[in-house]
Amino acid sequence: MSIDVMVFTEFARAGFRKSTFEVISEGRRLANQLNGSLTAVVLGSGAGDTAADLAQYGADRILTCDHPALEDFDAFRFTAVLSDIVKQYTPNILLFGSSYNEKEMAARLAAQLDTGAATECVAFTLEGERLVATRPIYGGKLLARVKIEGSPQIACIRSNIFPIVKDVRTAEQVMIEPKLKEPQIRVVEKKLKNSDRVELTEASVVISGGRGMGGPDYSLLEELADLLGGAVGASRTAVDEGWRPYSDQVGQTGKVVSPKLYVACGISGAMQHLAGMSSSECIVGINRDPDAPIFNYADFCVVDDLFKMLPAIIEELKSQGVKKAAG
Amino acid sequence: MDIVVLMKQVPDTAALIQIDDDNVNIKTEDVKWVINPYDELAVEEAIRIREKQGAGKVTVLTVGMESAAANIKTALAMGADEGILIGDPALEKIDPQITAKVIAAALKNLHFDLIIAGPRALDDDASYVPAAVSVYLDIPLLPTVIRQEIISGKIRCEQVVQDGIMVVEANLPAFMTTQRGLNEPRYPSLANIMKAKKKKIHTKTLADIGLSPDPKWHKTPTVSLAYPPGRSAGKVVIEGGTAGEKAARLLNLLRDKAGAL
Repeated sequence: MSIDVMVFTEFARAGFRKSTFEVISEGRRLANQLNGSLTAVVLGSGAGDTAADLAQYGADRILTCDHPALEDFDAFRFTAVLSDIVKQYTPNILLFGSSYNEKEMAARLAAQLDTGAATECVAFTLEGERLVATRPIYGGKLLARVKIEGSPQIACIRSNIFPIVKDVRTAEQVMIEPKLKEPQIRVVEKKLKNSDRVELTEASVVISGGRGMGGPDYSLLEELADLLGGAVGASRTAVDEGWRPYSDQVGQTGKVVSPKLYVACGISGAMQHLAGMSSSECIVGINRDPDAPIFNYADFCVVDDLFKMLPAIIEELKSQGVKKAAG
Repeated sequence: MDIVVLMKQVPDTAALIQIDDDNVNIKTEDVKWVINPYDELAVEEAIRIREKQGAGKVTVLTVGMESAAANIKTALAMGADEGILIGDPALEKIDPQITAKVIAAALKNLHFDLIIAGPRALDDDASYVPAAVSVYLDIPLLPTVIRQEIISGKIRCEQVVQDGIMVVEANLPAFMTTQRGLNEPRYPSLANIMKAKKKKIHTKTLADIGLSPDPKWHKTPTVSLAYPPGRSAGKVVIEGGTAGEKAARLLNLLRDKAGAL
């Protein structure tokens, strides 16, 4: 059986990630161009009925592998299961979301199958049946269009770029029994905390703090992020100082974010930081230093003490009736 | 305990990146080349492991142009023992799929207990090579490591993941990628810079590692390059009045002008 577009989705503890719906929507758009079908693959534990949600976004077929051994992500194991599915269904195009885990799976599969894979893609076009992906390079200074050779053509999207489009269909549901490989890595301990705040790379609002924060107290940023339904980021200085966890770092050697709104508080805005947020739709810079490089590219500049401005912004939002966003 | 560090030469962050006339490469004449920042962490960690173990060799492996030798010399000055530079006219136009094959072929002839690399290079941002190489060599990959410990034939790592830290373990030989926070790379001392002059950099061609270029090995060829659309002009400076007044003005602008709220 040869199918047109297949999308991998990871069902994590909290359900599907936002980028899953983005990649399914883009997969649907490409399948339409090919006059073909869209198959979603769900791997996880306890995915059960939720997998059917993907039919609301254009999936014609949902292949679900629901197994307790798939509760925790393991790249080697997950790739082996997906590899069996790919061998059986022979998709023309295989798409993944934006997570680190998915990038690793894409790379593993591409190496195993000797095919092309492109990550952090921000746009796709089709030349006949051949996928051409656009992806940022050199920290976003250039955009490269790359052709993806081989079969299947593998690509990972960048989050917050592709629109989520509802397209309700009746999807064929297939349960798949996975053939599980022994993992190469043993989990010794998990030091995880459940955060009900949206993940940094998927947030449409990011409130970020840097050296100007002066310490680990980011409560003002967290309060503002909660009011706007966003996430809290940090500059390299802040994580190097131990004020914030490394997973919060936005920048060249941290995460790349593309939110609608990026508020940089007490961040000087060096090139290394810019590389992590330059594709934000709207950038606000709040910094006491009028010469801070952030003001060279911010859309809105506030030269003031963030410890005066943030409470004022929070107060103003509250007086407008804005409350902490649900979920 | 022999460690191989994969190192890539990338343009300095401040470098002006310009599209060359062929529209698929960048102009390289005035570019300042540095060690990929994530790879500096790899070199440093490898040296620390060797120092802790008291024995073993740290080899730095680079696929690149002749100019990459300068960056290998920096790694040798930090304390790596020897360098391998794989260069070949056939590798002038390269993509990550080719890089991974070349590295895997080179590694087949090396003894190693551990490979350390950056998770991605800041030029192409592919995040491809470590996973692909670990597939080719069939060794476990432990990514985004912030702390590691070698305990009798095994490596135990703390990994930064979305919701916190995972502590994992794998048998050696294994492949580990770095994460900011793993260490602070040392500056080479003058004494070590002098010592490094005696260390060897082996240059190898594809033939030396048993590979011949395959016309079909480009899996993600670049079709064209472009500059991203510039940020729209019309920067607004919000000044004058109390913090409260500025806050109100900012929120109005974000809501009405920018549609950002």
